[in-house]
Amino acid sequence: MKVLESGVAELFAKPDPYEFREWVHKNKSQAMTDKLMTEQEAVAKFVADGDSLGTELYGTVRAPISLTREIIRQGKKHLRVAGQGITEIDFLLAADLVDTLDITYVAWEVYGISSILRRAVESGRVKTADWSNGAMAWRFKAAAMGVPFIPVSSMLGTDTFKYSAAKMVECPFTGQKVCLLPALFLDIGLIHVHRADKYGNCQIDGISGFAHELSRASKKLIVSAEKIIDTDEIKKYPEHTIIPYYLVDAVVHAPFGSHPGEMCYLYWRDEEHLKTFLEESKDPIKTKAYLDKYVYGVKNQDEYIKLIGMDRLKKLQSMIGGR
Amino acid sequence: MAEYNETEFLICIASRLMADKTTAFIGTGIPMLAASLAKKMHAPNLVPAFEFGGVGASLQKLPLGVGDSRTFHKAVLAAGICDMMETSARGFIEYGFLGGAQIDMFGNLNTTVIGAKYWPPKVRLPGSGGANEVASFCWKTIAIMRQHDKRRFVKKLDFLTTPGYLTGPGSREAAGLPPNTGPYRVVSNLGLMGFDEKTKQMTLLATHPGIKVEQVLENTEFEMLVADNVTENKPPTTEELRILREQVDPDKLYI
Repeated sequence: MKVLESGVAELFAKPDPYEFREWVHKNKSQAMTDKLMTEQEAVAKFVADGDSLGTELYGTVRAPISLTREIIRQGKKHLRVAGQGITEIDFLLAADLVDTLDITYVAWEVYGISSILRRAVESGRVKTADWSNGAMAWRFKAAAMGVPFIPVSSMLGTDTFKYSAAKMVECPFTGQKVCLLPALFLDIGLIHVHRADKYGNCQIDGISGFAHELSRASKKLIVSAEKIIDTDEIKKYPEHTIIPYYLVDAVVHAPFGSHPGEMCYLYWRDEEHLKTFLEESKDPIKTKAYLDKYVYGVKNQDEYIKLIGMDRLKKLQSMIGGR
Repeated sequence: MAEYNETEFLICIASRLMADKTTAFIGTGIPMLAASLAKKMHAPNLVPAFEFGGVGASLQKLPLGVGDSRTFHKAVLAAGICDMMETSARGFIEYGFLGGAQIDMFGNLNTTVIGAKYWPPKVRLPGSGGANEVASFCWKTIAIMRQHDKRRFVKKLDFLTTPGYLTGPGSREAAGLPPNTGPYRVVSNLGLMGFDEKTKQMTLLATHPGIKVEQVLENTEFEMLVADNVTENKPPTTEELRILREQVDPDKLYI
C-alpha cells in the first residue's frame, strides 16, 4: 500500500495492539473481584505520571469530573491527554499537568473559546496534534478492534489532516484515497456512568458517546458511578451493560460526579457555576483561586458535594428533563 | 414591521433552509436555534442528528451542547459518536449545519488557529470538533457566519479545518472525499450565498433588507460572484420572532 501523504504531527502514543494484548493479559484479572474503592485509592493506584489519558463523554455531559479533580489533587503530571471537552481538560491544563494534547475540540460551545486552552497552547507549554471528533472516536475504535489503524474518508484534503499524525494511502481494493488513523491505546481511561456494580459492570442511560470505544482502548480504566447497584440488577438487563467488569480496574461511587456538567435523567448542568468558572478562567490568578477552592480545597467528592450544597444539587435534579 | 436584531434574522434565514422530512446534522450554536425554530414552524418532521448520538429529538428545549440530554429528548435514537459519523459517511444525512471563524471562496472553514503558524499559534481556536466529518459526508453543507467582514470572509484561511470545495471544481473528489457532496449555502448577517455550479466559487444570491450588493462585496476579502438576479431576503415574520423569543431562546443565550 502506497503512502501518498503523511500528517506532520508526532504520535503521542504508539499504536501497538500486540503490546496492548500482552499488557492486559499480564496485568488485568479475568476474575470478578470487588473493585470498589475511594477516588484517592483508584487514582493513586492506577494513574501514573506520563500516562496517556482519555476522558468520556465530554466537559458538560456525563464527564468524569470528580476523578479529574482527584488526579489534580494528587498532581499526576506529564500527562498525554486525548480528546474533547471543557471542564475536565481545562482543569488539567490549568493545573499544568499536561504535556501533549491530541485535540479535537476544546471550547465552551454556547459561550465560545477556552481561555485556559489558549494560554496553555499559545505559550508553547502544551504540544498539540489536531484531529476531528470522528477521527478521535475511530482511533479508539481501532484500538478496541485490536488493530493498529483504521481507514476512514474524513480529514482528507484539509490542514486537520496535515497537522495530525494520520496518513493518506491508495486503497488496495478501490484505488481511492483513504485516510488511515492510528489506533489510540490509552494508558488510563476515565468514564463516568449512571450505574455500576462493585465488579465494574457498567450501564449508561441516554447517548453512549464513545464509552464503548474508549473503555476498550484503555489499558487501565477507572469508572465512577452515580449509583452502585447489585450484580443481580445488572444481570436482569445485561443488554444495557456497555462496559463489562473485565475492562475495569477501579469502581468509584461518585454521586454528582459530572457536576458542574449534567447527567441525563438525573441532574441538569449547573449553568451558574459554569459561567462563574468561564469568567474566572479568563484570568490566570482567578483560575488558580477556582482550583484552590473547588479542587485543592476539598479532600474528596463528599466534601465537594458539601461545598456546592445539597440545596443547589437538588435544584439541578429538578431541572433535568424526563423521558 | 416587527423590529429584530441581526442574530435573530440570521437564525430565521438558516431555519428556512431546513426542509421538512429530511435529516440534518446540527452543529453547536446557531444551527441548534435554527433547527429548533424550523421544527416549530415549517418543518415539524425535520430529523436533527447530533454527533454524540441523538437522532430525531423534539428540540422542545434548546440544547446547550451537542451531547446534552436535549439532543435526544423524545428522540428515535440515542446512539454514540461512531454510529453518527458512520451514518453520515454512508450517505444518510442530507444537510450539515456548521459555523466557523473564517471562510474562503470555496466554502472551506477554519476553526483551529488564527495566524500563520500552527504551533505555538497566535490564537488557538477550539479545533474541528465534528465539523470535518459533517462537511466531508453530508450531501449539502450550510455554513452560518455571524459576522460578515474581511477578516472572516478571507482570500486564504489561516488553517483549513473543514473541507468546502478545497481548491475548486473536482478537488474534493481528487482528495478522496465522497462525490456529489460539498457546500450548499452560506448565511451571514449581510446575505445568503450559494456556490457557482461550474467554478464552485461563492456567489451572492440574496441580500438582507437594507443591505446593498456592494456592501457585501466590500466586506468580503475574496472576489465574490454575484448572481444574475440578486433577490432580497424576507424579514422575519411576527410569528417567527414570537416563537424564536418565547420558545426557542427564552433565556436569551444567543438573541
